[in-house]
Amino acid sequence: MSTTAVEVQGVSKRFRLYHEKYTSLKEKVIHAGRIPHEDLWALRDVSFEVPEGETIGILGRNGSGKSTLLKCVCGILQPTAGQVVVRGKLAGLLELGAGFQQELSGRENIYLNGSMLGFSKRDVDRMFDDIVEFAELGQFIDNQVKYYSSGMYVRLGFAVAVNVDPDILVIDEVLAVGDERFQRKCLDRVKQFQREGRTILFVSHAPDLVRSICDRAVVLSDGEMVGMGAPGEAIRLFRERLLEAGDALGASEAAAALGAATEEVAEEHAAEGLAYPDPQAAAGVPGAAAGSVSPLRLAPQESRPVRFTDVTCVLPAESERRYLLPGEPVTVRASFESVRPVAGAVFQLELRGDGGTGLFRTDSEILGVTCDLAPGPGTFEFQLEAVPLLDGAYDVNLGVQTARGLSDWREPACTFEVMNPGRSTGVVDVAVRAALVANGGLMVGTGGPVAS
Amino acid sequence: MAVEAPAESPDARSAGVTSVLDRAGSVATRPKITRVVSSETRVWARLREVWRSRELLVYLVRTEIKVKYKNSFLGLLWSMISPALTLAVYTLVFGVVLHNGMPDFVLYLFAGILLFNLFSTGIVTATGVVVNNAGLVKKVSFPREILALAAVGSAGVFFFFQACVMVIFMLFLHWAPAWPLLYLVVVGLVPTLVLACAFGILLAAVNVYMRDTFHLVTVLVGSAWFWACPIVYSYQTTVASRLAVHHLTWMYFVNPLTILVMTFQRVLYGVLTPPATYAPHPALHVLPHWPVSTYVWGDGIVLAAALVLFYVAMVVFGRLAGNFAEEL
Repeated sequence: MSTTAVEVQGVSKRFRLYHEKYTSLKEKVIHAGRIPHEDLWALRDVSFEVPEGETIGILGRNGSGKSTLLKCVCGILQPTAGQVVVRGKLAGLLELGAGFQQELSGRENIYLNGSMLGFSKRDVDRMFDDIVEFAELGQFIDNQVKYYSSGMYVRLGFAVAVNVDPDILVIDEVLAVGDERFQRKCLDRVKQFQREGRTILFVSHAPDLVRSICDRAVVLSDGEMVGMGAPGEAIRLFRERLLEAGDALGASEAAAALGAATEEVAEEHAAEGLAYPDPQAAAGVPGAAAGSVSPLRLAPQESRPVRFTDVTCVLPAESERRYLLPGEPVTVRASFESVRPVAGAVFQLELRGDGGTGLFRTDSEILGVTCDLAPGPGTFEFQLEAVPLLDGAYDVNLGVQTARGLSDWREPACTFEVMNPGRSTGVVDVAVRAALVANGGLMVGTGGPVAS
Repeated sequence: MAVEAPAESPDARSAGVTSVLDRAGSVATRPKITRVVSSETRVWARLREVWRSRELLVYLVRTEIKVKYKNSFLGLLWSMISPALTLAVYTLVFGVVLHNGMPDFVLYLFAGILLFNLFSTGIVTATGVVVNNAGLVKKVSFPREILALAAVGSAGVFFFFQACVMVIFMLFLHWAPAWPLLYLVVVGLVPTLVLACAFGILLAAVNVYMRDTFHLVTVLVGSAWFWACPIVYSYQTTVASRLAVHHLTWMYFVNPLTILVMTFQRVLYGVLTPPATYAPHPALHVLPHWPVSTYVWGDGIVLAAALVLFYVAMVVFGRLAGNFAEEL
């Protein structure tokens, strides 16, 4: 896979924001030459390459230029400067069912949509049954699309794009369609695409999804590429940017003074690691959305009194090893600094496995520990008495929350590794015994249970 | 971080799924087309894209026609009824009331209207087509010129239906076209199509930035341009001598549709000087006594001009198309 599928070369995109849009001749003449406008650089000199067969995630806050970048790759927008070189057939899924004609039947729309994605009738003919089956439309395929439910509509849109035969698939936040089962199906299909060596470029607000699907991720912030790397690193970068953005937004957001109650709800979501944002919110006003859409909602600057200074995973003292054995204890020790007295701080702990799978979450409140912090430095410990995990590297994420919001969040705060000397595989170390209980019509009585 | 291990879910292993691989062979090794998205516009590159999307063009034409008459009872028949009504009105006014004396005037009229309708329907539809398909233009990537071409294409389909009606008329009236000159139909048709595409592409792009364009085009093409062509009246009997006096004949033929319309009339109406229908039946000079080569040359010049305009239209469209998604 030495060749590149997509080359983004110094792409910049400027939008002219007019305070008033003049589209009629009269207005253009009247306002000729002095139409007030602002320049908005949605992308600034973004360059990266996507090798063939790789899956690249694009992370960024709302308004950071993700969708503009995808539109440039698809050729819907022309970059103001720079260029995008695309090798191979590209299918863009910027909006599901965007090319559908309301008056036509599902069948006719499949062909129309297929040809819009650049596929011949022969290609679509071959895949037709798979598309219908994938979209789960059955006999409705000959009904006019305007009578479809919204679920059927998007399912059909997705089915066409993934069942025809693109080399490069560009997905903008559309994987969260249909019910959970259909989402799984979509994800399975995406993974199958990867196995077949196709290239995927994909925008998501859900870092978990990026972590589990992508080979690498690009982080955009205010139109600039802040970094590109392994998903874990990219997500960390993304989260850092969110923290900074939280700072920057602080003043204005405090003025906006969201009710304390709604903030609490948002924080609860954050604490639960609710990574799938509401698509409605995502489509909202870009300026105001930065905080509300991110999986982590950080409180405004002045209400972040507690910050971590250092977090370490302390392995059992007696061992010389740099890793744990299954079932051994580990202590997560967090040093923090509090700038003022804080009543009822809540420390949160999150354990993530390979691929970002959430394994365990808890916080000091659940554990019944009240933390009223005095100003100055302090230390907090989560003592995990036994870690029933098997082979792997595990991330520990740590947060601290006050009544005013999430005060700090480290991801990953620290990591530890577990080596499993046994031969069982998997993630969780389940205590298990095995026994041959009956055989040949006879009870096997005396042997006793066999240890694993 | 590693990609999640391939999930061996039953869904992903169904028969339909494996066929993707069978068909594609190795995705990595099959030939690929390279496409460059940039602010530069090379007309040839754009034309190549259009050519690659020719199948989409066919679908869009088909869609346009299907959607247009989907919920109407008479459906496609309307595309024939409306020119038939126009014909009836003009025949009544000019043939019967004003008594211009042309035998089977309806066929003379039909020959001109047939060609003019192709042109006017094409460019009027094309002018509005990008704006009307804003949803598509903002979300789906395909060469946008296709939209304008599809508008002209659907006008071409209506042209075909109307031509069928004309054949029926001719059979009914026992009228024969000039058989040996039948190839002139193509000679007239090709420049008309190129011209319609050129204007269509140009106006479709301009209309995105100035929505007045659509209204302007509707008015100009529907009335002014129509009467500037010898469709309802005859060039030879009505305007030729008056223009010649003032040495303005050239001005009349600056209108590229004039020669094209006359080409159609030369073939389909066929007779140059039929006897008039009124009393002493004098010979009416309906069409000029030009050699056939005049028509061929005239149409050829129009074609050349249309091709130049087409190139210009592609350049302008290419410049403007980059910002369609923002402007709509």
